[in-house]
Amino acid sequence: MSDALAMNTDVLIIGGGLAGAWAAIAAAREGAAVTLVDKGYFGTSGVTATAGPGHWWSPPDPPEARRDAIAQRNARAFGLADPQWMERIIDLTWRTLPTLAPYYRFSKDEHGVTQYRGLRGPEYLRALRCLASDLGVRILDHSPAVELLASRDGTVVGANGFQRQARRRWTIRAGGVVLATGGCAFRSHLLGSDNNTGDGLLMGVEAGAELSGMEFSSYYTVAPACSTMTRSMSYAFARYFDADGQPLQIAQGPDATRALAAALLAGPVLCSLDQTPEEVRRVMPQVQPNFMLPFDRWGVDPYSQKFEITLRGEGTVRGVGGLRIADEDCGVGVRGLFAAGDVASRELVAGATSGGGAQNSAWALSSGHWAGAAAARFSRRLPNRVQEGMAQGRAGIRPLKRENRLDLVGAQTAVKAEMLPYDKNVFRSGVKLSRSLEVLEDLWRNVCDNAGGPGADLVRSRETAALVAAGRWCYTAALARNESRGMHQRTDAPLTDPRLGRRLRLRGLDHILFHPETNRRAAEASA
Amino acid sequence: MIELLIEDRCTACNACVEVCPTNVFDATPGGAPVIARQDDCQTCFMCELYCPADALYVDPDCEQAAAVDAAQLSSRGLLGQYRRDSGWGEWANEPGHSNQHWRMESIFALARAAAQARPPLETAPAHGRTAVAEGHVQEGLLAPPMAPDR
Repeated sequence: MSDALAMNTDVLIIGGGLAGAWAAIAAAREGAAVTLVDKGYFGTSGVTATAGPGHWWSPPDPPEARRDAIAQRNARAFGLADPQWMERIIDLTWRTLPTLAPYYRFSKDEHGVTQYRGLRGPEYLRALRCLASDLGVRILDHSPAVELLASRDGTVVGANGFQRQARRRWTIRAGGVVLATGGCAFRSHLLGSDNNTGDGLLMGVEAGAELSGMEFSSYYTVAPACSTMTRSMSYAFARYFDADGQPLQIAQGPDATRALAAALLAGPVLCSLDQTPEEVRRVMPQVQPNFMLPFDRWGVDPYSQKFEITLRGEGTVRGVGGLRIADEDCGVGVRGLFAAGDVASRELVAGATSGGGAQNSAWALSSGHWAGAAAARFSRRLPNRVQEGMAQGRAGIRPLKRENRLDLVGAQTAVKAEMLPYDKNVFRSGVKLSRSLEVLEDLWRNVCDNAGGPGADLVRSRETAALVAAGRWCYTAALARNESRGMHQRTDAPLTDPRLGRRLRLRGLDHILFHPETNRRAAEASA
Repeated sequence: MIELLIEDRCTACNACVEVCPTNVFDATPGGAPVIARQDDCQTCFMCELYCPADALYVDPDCEQAAAVDAAQLSSRGLLGQYRRDSGWGEWANEPGHSNQHWRMESIFALARAAAQARPPLETAPAHGRTAVAEGHVQEGLLAPPMAPDR
């Protein structure tokens, strides 16, 4: 192995997806020296690069249009969102997205009006990389972070990682650090999500951050069986059938997922897209160029032939949970540490729903912007920007016993077997969650005792630790929330309990503690 | 997953080595890169988009390897399909491959209109399962049929 790479920077961004990209750009625009590290390649990594994000788009005029948009979304957030945060992300997105125009060819519609809100993923990320480069951001591809560094008072002052292609470790000391590692999709084959193993959740909690909304982690997206193609728009026209060709009564809408999951538990489900209008079929390769790839390659015409479908788990990607945002700068309550995008809890804008479409991209852009700018300001405030730090990682890096070498593939398979099956995660119950948590506890102890150490594949053992940790946090929160709310549905507690309309915070690694957030409205009412 | 790196087409530019988010390829001295870790392929098709020589083929099956034939794929027009349909590289100024992604909103609107025109379906889950219990609050009644970002 080559000598380690050691660097200093004002701001370190960990993750080069949508949120990390905007964080890097915002930090550089604040005048900071910025370094961005990605596990893969900044431009193709993550779930945005493979998709087509539409942003929540509401011009400031007329003002009542924005108010209405916020009121509508807030009304279906199950009491857990905050209209002020919605207003903030709408406004910042509207002001910021057009600044990408020199790097992204925004389309014009038939009337010559420029269309800003929806972008193609690969082109979007390519544009963001170019802009970041032009602003002087130093980009390290294939350089996953594995742990944070913190000073004696707990301030985060950098990170350690590994360069997969150069085969060397890296240490970067920074005045401010932004976690933008994405959600955790539990290696479900969700398109573009393999790098999203929850690494940032683990790093953040090790540094002292809290989590929120981890119970909202049961969102699934339809795809042709055996494929990763979770581009879901065309399924708005779908009809579904059982293996005998009998039509399934599955209404369009968010509840379609649960109905599909139930049908898939009973047997194969076939889909027909024959209701798709001709004009949509014709333009589809230009709207979503990757949607047709599986069909064309398999020689299937989805508009005349039925094809088998599956559901791919989104974990905390289109789920909601993540590091709890503690202030308007997207700080996580730990000095020097900020979070952006899917690694952060999206409850502030989405509540107990996925947030669907628009809100998630606007959140990634906005939280990235605030986190990057705040990290830049924080790095300026420090009298001595670069501090020595202590490595914060343990599980998957520094085994406690090392009695035997952990089978990482087997451990990851075991996590998936708890977190992905529909009967366990879509149709949750206290009994099933408790049983899964026993398995995950054993795995966690095994990872802590035996994974990592000299000669181990540091990145893979760390990913395994993060997957197990994320699973424990999701199901601990799901067990604690003894009701059904939004995407979190308990068959043993099917009603929404008005008293539980509060966010649920978690913290801790070996011993997970949880407590409901103070009910702001109730506190205000009694004050 | 990634099945082919066609050496006859490859110019050894190593773009795939650089852009593959899961580090599937290895560069080799003086030659075409190799598919070194096929099992790590996440079937995202990104390498095809960035390959200017259309020398890569990703099979849509992400669960197991598939046997494919380069000549047959070429004659079916499947090599470089993603790059062409995306309007990348030499296709950038072809009107037939312009970026129409912004039409997603109007496509969702069509789907909503079609759904409203159809007679309402029963809301009972398929196969008569009682998985969705009575009395739960439905998520996002005002939401479009599917969230418009995919």
